[in-house]
Amino acid sequence: MNAMALCFLFSLLVPLAGAGLALINAGLGRSRSAAHAMLASLAIVGVAALAYFACGFAWQGSTELPAHAVTVAGKTWNWLAAVPFFLRGIALDGSPLSIAVWLGMLGAGLAALIPLGSGADRWRLGASCASAALLAGFTYPLFTHWVWGGGWLAQLGPHNGLGRGFLDAGGSSSIQAVGGLTALSIAWILGPRRGKYAPDGTPSAIPGHNAVLVLFGCLAALMGWLGLNCAGSILYYGLEPGRTVLVAVNTLLGAAAAALASAAFTRTRFGKPDASLVANGWVGGLAAGSAGCAFMQPMAAVVTGAAAGILVVFSVEWIELRLAVDDPGGAIAVHAMGGIWGVLAAGLFTGRSGQFVAQLAGVATLLGFVLPLTYGLNRALDRFYRQRVAAEGERRGMDLFELGAGAYPEFMTHTEDFSQR
Amino acid sequence: MELAGFLLLVAGWAIVLAAVAVLKTVPLETVFILAGVATEVVGLVLVIRTHLAVRSARG
Repeated sequence: MNAMALCFLFSLLVPLAGAGLALINAGLGRSRSAAHAMLASLAIVGVAALAYFACGFAWQGSTELPAHAVTVAGKTWNWLAAVPFFLRGIALDGSPLSIAVWLGMLGAGLAALIPLGSGADRWRLGASCASAALLAGFTYPLFTHWVWGGGWLAQLGPHNGLGRGFLDAGGSSSIQAVGGLTALSIAWILGPRRGKYAPDGTPSAIPGHNAVLVLFGCLAALMGWLGLNCAGSILYYGLEPGRTVLVAVNTLLGAAAAALASAAFTRTRFGKPDASLVANGWVGGLAAGSAGCAFMQPMAAVVTGAAAGILVVFSVEWIELRLAVDDPGGAIAVHAMGGIWGVLAAGLFTGRSGQFVAQLAGVATLLGFVLPLTYGLNRALDRFYRQRVAAEGERRGMDLFELGAGAYPEFMTHTEDFSQR
Repeated sequence: MELAGFLLLVAGWAIVLAAVAVLKTVPLETVFILAGVATEVVGLVLVIRTHLAVRSARG
């Protein structure tokens, strides 16, 4: 089969990753905000697609399109695409360029969904859509150009002899870490949910309302990730169609090892495996495995996944207890920590000289460029349009306050309604 | 404090950019990239501590 036709077919699975994330975010939130979480997911994907169409691809571009470049010490560095807005002049005809547009649009939607996990139960619908527009229209395409559009990170191989340049086949950095660092920014800006921390700083557990949604979301996410990793490997790194079997095997092995490692780890620590942490571990394994899925041997994918599973469990606890950041969906641990670990693991396990240094430059860009940019944009947005819902909305639930109806109208009783205020 | 933390994050990235643009040998680039990442870590710690202090002040 033609490589681009296969790539397009794989890309059609990617929306399942978004469906999986939406289910996980809804399930890990409160029941009184479940409909809001699902509607916000739909709205965010829509806004992200439109923002990417309007200006996102114009910043991201592709290796075969014109770009702005700067020459330093005899080397020409490509730093920003020079493509018309609104996809003008781009033929959507099945060519690699047209599939790059399509896959970029899906990636923007997926990255924009991630912060919804950290803002659950208190992030206004309008604000989450505006934030998604900023992510899909600016932050995501700027970084993605450097990774997948022939930008300076991709040029580290030919220019500096650092392996093949920055490697990320499935988006551990450009989708997962960008979304995860935005989730951290959103959690900082919104602050914790009411009642999450006692005045002395002790956190209280607010368990997710539906573990079935969360675990089903994990299975849907696997399907989406298989499509994303296979399509990205073919499109961005010219992988032969037959080699996508390796990508699929590595993707599944990474998720499986991560889930089992987090199950064993939580079993050892708490006496029983924790369903929500195992789910977080599973998605963390997927996020970590994306970068090197086309370049690693299966055993390396298992090690990457297992380490991601343990890292995610540790990070969830550390972020909640030590950083006092309320992240109901575990988005920061799963996507930021998992994604960054995946980028470094790709450098460790691909076995090319200088590859780890190239990956380290990518991580430095995530921390030193993406985090300040996404925090600054969302902080500026918060000044003009308050992102956190009013206290009354949080008490009544996002469903009733913002939508006027709940996800589960038969079950409207909350213990807080009977408690003394 | 928060602004200083974010400035350190950007400064660390600038060190990395300068290293890959100007330096010629991989070992030297590696050293400067590690220095840039270390600067970023200091900046991140500063930002985190600022947010923790703000949260404590608000109770």
